[in-house]
Amino acid sequence: MYALSLEKVSKHYGRLTALDNIDLKVKPNTIFGLLGSNGAGKTTMISCITGTEHKDDGKIKVFGKDIDKQTQESKFQIGVVPQEFNFSIFEKVKDIIIWQAGYYGKSSNEVKERLNFLLHELNLYDKRNQPARNLSGGMKRRLMIARALIHKPKLLFLDEPTAGVDVDLRAQTWKFIEKLKKEEKMTIFLTTHYLEEAEQMCDEIAIIKSGKILKSASKKSLLNELESEVFTVKTNKPIKIESKAIKFYQTTKGQTEVEVSKSTKLSAVFELAHKKQVEIYDIRPKTNQLERLYLQLNQ
Amino acid sequence: MKNLQFKIYKTLVKKEVTRFTRIWTQTILPPIINQSLYFIIFGQFIGSQIANIQGLSYMQFLVPGLLMMGMINASYSNVVSSFFGSKFQRSIEEILVAPVSKTTMIFGFISGGILRGLLVGALIYLVSLFFTQFQVYSIMQVILFSILTASAFALAGLINGIYAKKFDDISIIPTFVLTPLTYFGGVFYALESLPEFWVALSKFNPIVYMIDGFRAGFYNINYFQNSTNLTVLIVLNIALFALAYKLIQKVTRA
Ligand SMILES: Nc1ncnc2c1ncn2[C@@H]1O[C@H](COP(=O)(O)OP(=O)(O)OP(=O)(O)O)[C@@H](O)[C@H]1O
Ligand SMILES: [Mg+2]
Repeated sequence: MYALSLEKVSKHYGRLTALDNIDLKVKPNTIFGLLGSNGAGKTTMISCITGTEHKDDGKIKVFGKDIDKQTQESKFQIGVVPQEFNFSIFEKVKDIIIWQAGYYGKSSNEVKERLNFLLHELNLYDKRNQPARNLSGGMKRRLMIARALIHKPKLLFLDEPTAGVDVDLRAQTWKFIEKLKKEEKMTIFLTTHYLEEAEQMCDEIAIIKSGKILKSASKKSLLNELESEVFTVKTNKPIKIESKAIKFYQTTKGQTEVEVSKSTKLSAVFELAHKKQVEIYDIRPKTNQLERLYLQLNQ
Repeated sequence: MKNLQFKIYKTLVKKEVTRFTRIWTQTILPPIINQSLYFIIFGQFIGSQIANIQGLSYMQFLVPGLLMMGMINASYSNVVSSFFGSKFQRSIEEILVAPVSKTTMIFGFISGGILRGLLVGALIYLVSLFFTQFQVYSIMQVILFSILTASAFALAGLINGIYAKKFDDISIIPTFVLTPLTYFGGVFYALESLPEFWVALSKFNPIVYMIDGFRAGFYNINYFQNSTNLTVLIVLNIALFALAYKLIQKVTRA
């Protein structure tokens, strides 16, 4: 059974097609990354799944439960961290989370332990009695994460969880997401504009453009689709070679890179450099392979 | 699942009550000051120069109408501002993503309005005791009409809140519809004393029936039959609920 499946889902805003016949499947206990440029339809898709927006067409199932027919059962499985802040800034941090528990029929006593656990995990414990307007941007985002997790959902939606978040906190957020996957057996559905991040963290990746899914596959198979791989290299002198299998070039930032076709052995790169009397000190795979694929697909 | 919705309902009500009691200087105090001014100026200063109405001093006659006026405004504005506020801050999404049925959502919001209406009504009632004495003929009828009136206006406030796109939209109906209807609803005068044309026109104003039935609960004097008053109120409540139910299906994050 899939954690999430969309069948021919469409959504229009007036004449604009925000989601165009979307088919998508998410396996349980994976981190699924939805990538796409501004206005591609990521938030709209999450909204249609989570009930803050109505789809026009199609079928959506959450752990096999149809969101139209088994609405309440499916909603118990879902937690949502939206892109934009959506809590009352006048309420206290802990009250916001407790009210949310109440919307799942849970009293504040029943969620006491969970609340404290989440407040500690997300570094909000000291702020628990503050009105939400007193929180920093990063804290507000963490508050929304805590709120989304209070009822122990099995499928967590994170709409750009790391946008506008500092490096430290971003790393922490990712660690926490990994922990949720591992310890709570959660399935994570997230959107991000940081392709490097997606490449490192996601098991599955889908790319959406103008409401259409261009690609949806495991990260591995996606990266395998790239005909070539790019390495950053350090050499004793500048080198520029254009051949079919191996291309040395300088990036705009002055970094030397070499693009090697999949069928070529790495030793051939050294041989070629050696022939040109260039010595390679260092060679490492460039991390954001995904970016290349993304740019190719998005053209 | 029934039990679940009831638990959710309790959360919604608790949250609404917490909200309006937290900001009591905006929600509870103003109507009490307002109505006290009416009591002093209309009841005491002007009322002393007005002949008794159906055996009641003008002050006595005024009390039920002013109570209703306070309750109508309180229940309406509670729901419209709470609902619009949660749309504006997007916190309505907290409810939309959770297993809250549409019926529970409606009842949760309007219960908050009804409770604020009843609280404001009870407090104005206490204040009125400083100005005059009266016996309550039927406490049951007073309570029944209070609740049905408050719920009708709570529902109307909800409908306004669903439609509202900006802050202006939540003051248009109160200013242009609610206040005139209340003033023409028989708070300050008995229908008997009006020319026929105005009586005929008044019959289209639902508030007339509310105040008539409510006042009858105090003094056992009616213009309309009690059953007429009650029927109007019940039909109005059902119609408003049906409309609210239809509209709330369409509420989204936007
Ligand atoms: N409420 C709305 N009314 C009209 N159009 C809308 C509405 N919400 C979204 N859209 C449009 O739908 C399209 C998809 O928007 P969406 O918010 O899903 O994009 P996104 O992929 O989340 O973008 P971003 O990365 O900027 O968050 C956009 O063209 C947007 O303008
Ligand atoms: Mg978005």
